[in-house]
Amino acid sequence: MKLDINGQLHEVDAPADMPLLWAIRDLVGLTGTKYGCGAGLCGACTVHVDGAPTRSCLMPVSAVAGKKITTIEAIGHTPLGKKVQEAWIAEDVPQCGYCQSGQIMSAVALLHTKPAPNDEDINSAMNGNLCRCGTYNRIRKAIHRAAGT
Amino acid sequence: MSAEPNAVSRRTLLKTAGAAAGGLLFGFTLPFAAVRGAVRAHAPAGAAALNAFVHIRTDGSVTLLVGKSEMGQGVFTGYAQLLGEELEVDWQTVRVESAPAAPVYNVPGLPVQFTGGSMSVASGFTAMREAGAYARSLLIAAAAESLGVPVAELHAENGAVIHGATGRRLGYGALAARAAQLPAPNAVALKAPSEWKLIGKPLKRVDTREKVNGRAGFGLDVRLKDLHFAMVSRAPSFGAKLASFDAVPAKAVAGVVAVVEVPSGVAVIATNTWAARQGRDALKPVWHDGPATGFSSSALASEYAKRAATPGTLAHSKGDVAAVAGGTQRLEADYATPYLAHASMEPLNCTVAFTSEGCDVYAGTQMQSPDRLAAAAAAGLAPEKVRIHTTYLGGGFGRRAAATSDFVREAVSVAQKFTFPVMTVWSREDDMRGGFYRPQSHSRFAATLGADGFPVAWSHTQVVQPVIKGTPFEAMAVDPKTGLDATTHEGASELPYSIANVRVEVHDDAKPVPVLWWRSVGHSNTGFVVESFVDECAHAAGKDPLAYRLAMLADKPRHRAALELAAAKAGWGTPLPKGRARGIAVHESFGSVVAEVAEVSLEGGLPRVHRVVAAIHCGVAVNPNLIAQQLESAVTYGLSAALYGEITLEDGRVQQSNFNDYEVVRQGAAPLVEAYIVPSADAPTGVGEPGLPPVAAATGNALFALTGIRARRLPLKHTDFTAKPA
Repeated sequence: MKLDINGQLHEVDAPADMPLLWAIRDLVGLTGTKYGCGAGLCGACTVHVDGAPTRSCLMPVSAVAGKKITTIEAIGHTPLGKKVQEAWIAEDVPQCGYCQSGQIMSAVALLHTKPAPNDEDINSAMNGNLCRCGTYNRIRKAIHRAAGT
Repeated sequence: MSAEPNAVSRRTLLKTAGAAAGGLLFGFTLPFAAVRGAVRAHAPAGAAALNAFVHIRTDGSVTLLVGKSEMGQGVFTGYAQLLGEELEVDWQTVRVESAPAAPVYNVPGLPVQFTGGSMSVASGFTAMREAGAYARSLLIAAAAESLGVPVAELHAENGAVIHGATGRRLGYGALAARAAQLPAPNAVALKAPSEWKLIGKPLKRVDTREKVNGRAGFGLDVRLKDLHFAMVSRAPSFGAKLASFDAVPAKAVAGVVAVVEVPSGVAVIATNTWAARQGRDALKPVWHDGPATGFSSSALASEYAKRAATPGTLAHSKGDVAAVAGGTQRLEADYATPYLAHASMEPLNCTVAFTSEGCDVYAGTQMQSPDRLAAAAAAGLAPEKVRIHTTYLGGGFGRRAAATSDFVREAVSVAQKFTFPVMTVWSREDDMRGGFYRPQSHSRFAATLGADGFPVAWSHTQVVQPVIKGTPFEAMAVDPKTGLDATTHEGASELPYSIANVRVEVHDDAKPVPVLWWRSVGHSNTGFVVESFVDECAHAAGKDPLAYRLAMLADKPRHRAALELAAAKAGWGTPLPKGRARGIAVHESFGSVVAEVAEVSLEGGLPRVHRVVAAIHCGVAVNPNLIAQQLESAVTYGLSAALYGEITLEDGRVQQSNFNDYEVVRQGAAPLVEAYIVPSADAPTGVGEPGLPPVAAATGNALFALTGIRARRLPLKHTDFTAKPA
């Protein structure tokens, strides 16, 4: 089947039930999208499917054929994605960095639907993205910075 | 919102650092010259090795090799900053790479290359500046030769050597090849603290950009030609042996290429991770009963409670608690803490490639030299045939400092059966159930308060598994007189309070559950129990918990300074909205003292921590930004454990599996963390861990202030704070 990832078509030979995460990482070779829990509990694997934040560890690859998939590698190509990445740099958000691909993908999706989020909006959009290094305060600041709120 | 360390404090620090710190800071130049300065790691083509840490290319670009693991604590940044201070280059242009495993990268003074114990900046503070100074000295010598002028007429500045009299300037790139051939100087002078341009500044991290665009390479991101992926079916209870298995269902999974038995279980090797997982899950190996069969953590809690009431091995004694008669009040209390998993965001993994040259190990590890020895032993190779490639670590917290190198050893056993490289991947469930936990513990306290309300006697019996006893690191941490491992009583035996009669005893029986250092190690238990029981004493005496502590810390200026700073910033003693309360705790670990004030309420009957103010005394604050990050991190990591964290076992099986039943703090529950640094010119001390031990106690103490209910068991989710106080 063909996957449209970051504007490029990739022919992948995968069983229909393979989660999109493993197709992206092991078959296509884009490693920025992370495995954290395999159960939709941590958000490290978040990508955009037709613009919507999606846990790629639960999404069967057959369900996204023909849809537009965006990963962390290309999110900076959009003005909003770039703005979020720059806000992350300005606030020095990452520590180990492993969860940050998913955090940024969720944050961009939030700002896409809510350009001026309040703290409650941030809580509900970001609660599914775990961080064990405790970068939550800086993530919140970076989202506000990117939004200008 | 978080963590702007006090700018005035930094200025004060820089002014006062010179005189006070001089002797200590300049005392270690000779070992570098003798041991490290002359060792020149092999440099890649086009680059010259000025010493084992510094490579310079002909274009002048500088590479710093760091023998430490970057696991989020910021060591790449801290070391680049220390190097840049003396090398006179734009530190932000310095490229930082992981060094290989080699003795020159051992922790100074220890025969081990590892990252842990909150000692990276403390132990590298002199060595990294020396690496820069020695390299600079060689570059200046090469310039003197080239220009035909005395060394004394030259100085280094921004990546070049300059002859002030004539304005002639030679870039490092043009000098490096010659400099690398010159003999290492015997000694170099390091800058006085008053001359520091980088040390003490809240500089930003060097690894951020690649961590926001997906390019940072973690262990799971290693990609080698013909790489295969393995998952291992391991014993369902610790130490059990394999009875039999049927490979057929696993081999039927598309993409599975092999099923092999390894010492830890049965490995399924496939062309992708998903196939390996499907194949592994299709295996239904039969296991014998093992040493942990029948083990129950709740039964252990009962056993520990009984054991705590019996005499243990004496860890510390002062005065004579038995001779104390009378007193106005006697307090007794029992505290319990659970096993904890590290639960780093990146599950464990290790990639191994066998070649005709030996074996390459790619891992996010905190234990380069022990892993190298373990890999060599598992592979049947000489250690020098094993090359360790350290990737970024998606969190470590101690789990990737495996005392037995379990995950590296296993990956070698898997890969050595194949000519292609194999990455052994642990699922989240594998990682959580794979053992090596923070030990469960029980603490029994008794205190006698005198007429003034302060303790005249303090007894503490702790029951806990030893972390280090029985590992290759035993000699570093077991007291030959008592046989006790420091991790069983650290933070309890060095009670900071001035109490005349103190007795600390330990029961350290081995159990069939593998335990390991978990961020702040023994202090993660003792910080909670000691600082909670002190709080009980304060309330029993009817005194303010801050004033009570300060009164018993007359000869502990660092504790007092941390407490006073945290209390002032938190507004201790000022009114709060109805339904909120504050709690305070202070604890020393890894050479640093941290005080924290937590502000709590109940939401739907459950604890909610709104704000934690942390103040650290850690000597010279090399990078206040990194220190703030680590306090934010330790508080949040510790709060996850305090509120929710526990690993329980029944019939030898771990009951938790993933983040649904091993909950951690999420964005919506994360408190505002404010970090402050006590100004100090002392040598730097630990930063990564010391912020953790106080947070559970500060939170529990705040909840007591709010509700009158004392939580003596972690996690706090087991305590009903809406009940009527006893």
